[in-house]
Amino acid sequence: MPGESKDHGSGTAEKMSVRGVDVFFHEFQAVKSADLKVHPREVLALMGPSGCGKSTLLRCLNRMNDPIPGARVTGEVLLEGDDIYAPRVDPAKVRARVGMVSQAPNPFPKSIFDNIAFGPRIHGFYKDRAELARIVEESLQRTGLWDEVKDKLNQAGTSLSGGQQQRLCISRAIANRPDLVLMDEPTSALDPKASATIEELVRELAEDFCIVIVTHNMEQAQRVADRTAFLYLGEVVEVGETRQIFEAPQHGRTKEFLGGQFS
Amino acid sequence: MSEIDQTTGSLYTTQRFDRRMARRRRRQSRLKWISGSGIVLAVTALLVLLGSIAWLGWSGFQQVQVGLPMDFSSGELQPQEGKSPAAAVEDANFRALVSDAVTRVLGDPQDRQAERARDALLSTSAAREVGRKLLASPDWLGRGRVVVWVPAGDEVGQIVKGRAPRDVPASDRLLSDRQLAWIDRLQAEGLLRTAFNWDFFTRTASREPEIVGIKAAVVGSVLMLLTTFAVAIPLGVAAAIYLEEFAPKTRLMELVDLNIRNLAAVPSIVMGLLGLALFIRFAELPRSSILVGGLTLALMTLPIIIIAARAAIAAVPDSLRTAALQLGASKMQVTARVVLPNAMPGILTGTIIGLAQALGETAPLLMIGMVAFIPDTPAGLSDPAAPLPVQIYLWSTSPERAFMEKTAAAILVLLAIMVCLNALAVFLRNRLQKRW
Ligand SMILES: Nc1ncnc2c1ncn2[C@@H]1O[C@H](COP(=O)(O)OP(=O)(O)O)[C@@H](O)[C@H]1O
Ligand SMILES: [Mg+2]
Repeated sequence: MPGESKDHGSGTAEKMSVRGVDVFFHEFQAVKSADLKVHPREVLALMGPSGCGKSTLLRCLNRMNDPIPGARVTGEVLLEGDDIYAPRVDPAKVRARVGMVSQAPNPFPKSIFDNIAFGPRIHGFYKDRAELARIVEESLQRTGLWDEVKDKLNQAGTSLSGGQQQRLCISRAIANRPDLVLMDEPTSALDPKASATIEELVRELAEDFCIVIVTHNMEQAQRVADRTAFLYLGEVVEVGETRQIFEAPQHGRTKEFLGGQFS
Repeated sequence: MSEIDQTTGSLYTTQRFDRRMARRRRRQSRLKWISGSGIVLAVTALLVLLGSIAWLGWSGFQQVQVGLPMDFSSGELQPQEGKSPAAAVEDANFRALVSDAVTRVLGDPQDRQAERARDALLSTSAAREVGRKLLASPDWLGRGRVVVWVPAGDEVGQIVKGRAPRDVPASDRLLSDRQLAWIDRLQAEGLLRTAFNWDFFTRTASREPEIVGIKAAVVGSVLMLLTTFAVAIPLGVAAAIYLEEFAPKTRLMELVDLNIRNLAAVPSIVMGLLGLALFIRFAELPRSSILVGGLTLALMTLPIIIIAARAAIAAVPDSLRTAALQLGASKMQVTARVVLPNAMPGILTGTIIGLAQALGETAPLLMIGMVAFIPDTPAGLSDPAAPLPVQIYLWSTSPERAFMEKTAAAILVLLAIMVCLNALAVFLRNRLQKRW
């Protein structure tokens, strides 16, 4: 549980580390020399007021800023020691290794099965149909969606409820066996009950994956995150154990945010 | 504020507010009436159009035929050694046989003039028709007397179908009193009938309106449209994909975009000129050929397909592209697996409507010489052809009254094909969309 001291072992290498990353949209600088580390099997929350650059920073971690016209990223992002922005790196491969779940559920207008199978199919992760079916089942099991959809795998992914669609998108991301899963406010389009299910799921997934989750909701960060980073106006103001950030913030800005002076 | 009701203090209880509401309601109902009558007007115009063409054209699907009592047991047609039945039919003088048969019914013509007047009762193709029918049913040879039905002459057909007036002074009609009497005589003997005009679908262009058909024209149109399909769809969809998914948003691309939109509005006859210059003068492809016609129509359809496909591609939500990218798809995979399948219904609809338009096009085909009298059904892409709209145009300029109903009947066929194409577009769209 959050705050509970999980032994990351000070010697273990970080899963991902962000070093001096700047992001510009044309002239506008949305992220300013960000530094951040993601440890293995932890949930890291990116928290901050709306427009502070949380999503932009998150997109740096799987090169999803690249397709945005006018976006420019400088600095280093190391995935297990290798810079994902190095010249010869294929962004498609980075994105396969670093899965991502969007704010609003965006299943393909295809069957539930085809949604999950999309990644394995484009990467050729399976030998035969049976293995593909196994990957699909495991991915759905992992998010607890299997029991709800196992009899209607041929129905449209878009016919599910909002919360189910979001879990479908998470299943779709983990069907690629990623090293990291990025989530950008995954519950902001959902009702409280579905949100609670997703939060629980995030905790469970943390047993196998690193998760970086963006949230503007302080309670959510406290519920799901091992560590929390506070961003303000494009800068990473403060990073630490979630309990420490909430109980003993070091920075004035963090205190103001937690005190509800802005949001 | 003077608008506030002094007693209730509300904006909504003043007379002025009520008056304004009433005016708003009146305006709304007026708009409803205007737009409603627009629809009524359009539907009426369509019905009048269809009704008048159907009224002009229905008799084109009928053929008036004369029954000839004939006897094929005469010597020259009987099996002979060293002569095939086909050769015997080939050599037989059917003109004389037909003439004999008519004499048997209507009596001996007294002079040359009367003989010619009598011949005009039958289609000039009558003798050939008899030969053709005999080949098809050789058992007539030993049967003695059989009644062979052959097309009547075009004016006889018009009179019998009621298309040409009968009760007018002889100087105002093409048939003489004597000929009319013969028609009555044939009718009385049961040797005149009106049958379904199969010739209209199985035969080709001819000088004789009573036996013309649209087969060559339809085959020509279909082959030409297939050529257009094969060229315009891959090119158009590829161009649309490039412009929507890959092209950088530069000044040059804006210019290209503007030009494509303008190209879609270029009068089709100008496209015909372009086709003439490009395919006949420059590439030296055969004049009047189906290939050149199809390519010219492809030039015309290309901008329409590009615009429709671009609209369909642009309508695919970006969230789907993002989802595919997030899963590690390459740009190509995003396009092939997400964008195209989702844009397909729109692309197909636009494409089929573009092709339906190409099907009805005449002007550009005139420019590339596809306006000749062509009695042979085309067999390949380099054969000359007169496609259906051109055939309609040619018939509409023919002087014989009987061509009028053929023109209208051919228009009905063309409209039927168009309706089918459009129905196909709707079907495909629903079919592809309903899956999810
Ligand atoms: N595609 C873009 N083009 C230009 N500016 C952008 C774009 N995306 C985000 N921004 C700007 O970058 C800043 C950070 O945005 P974002 O990362 O979405 O904030 P958050 O997710 O914290 O709400 C905002 O000021 C926003 O206006
Ligand atoms: Mg955001």
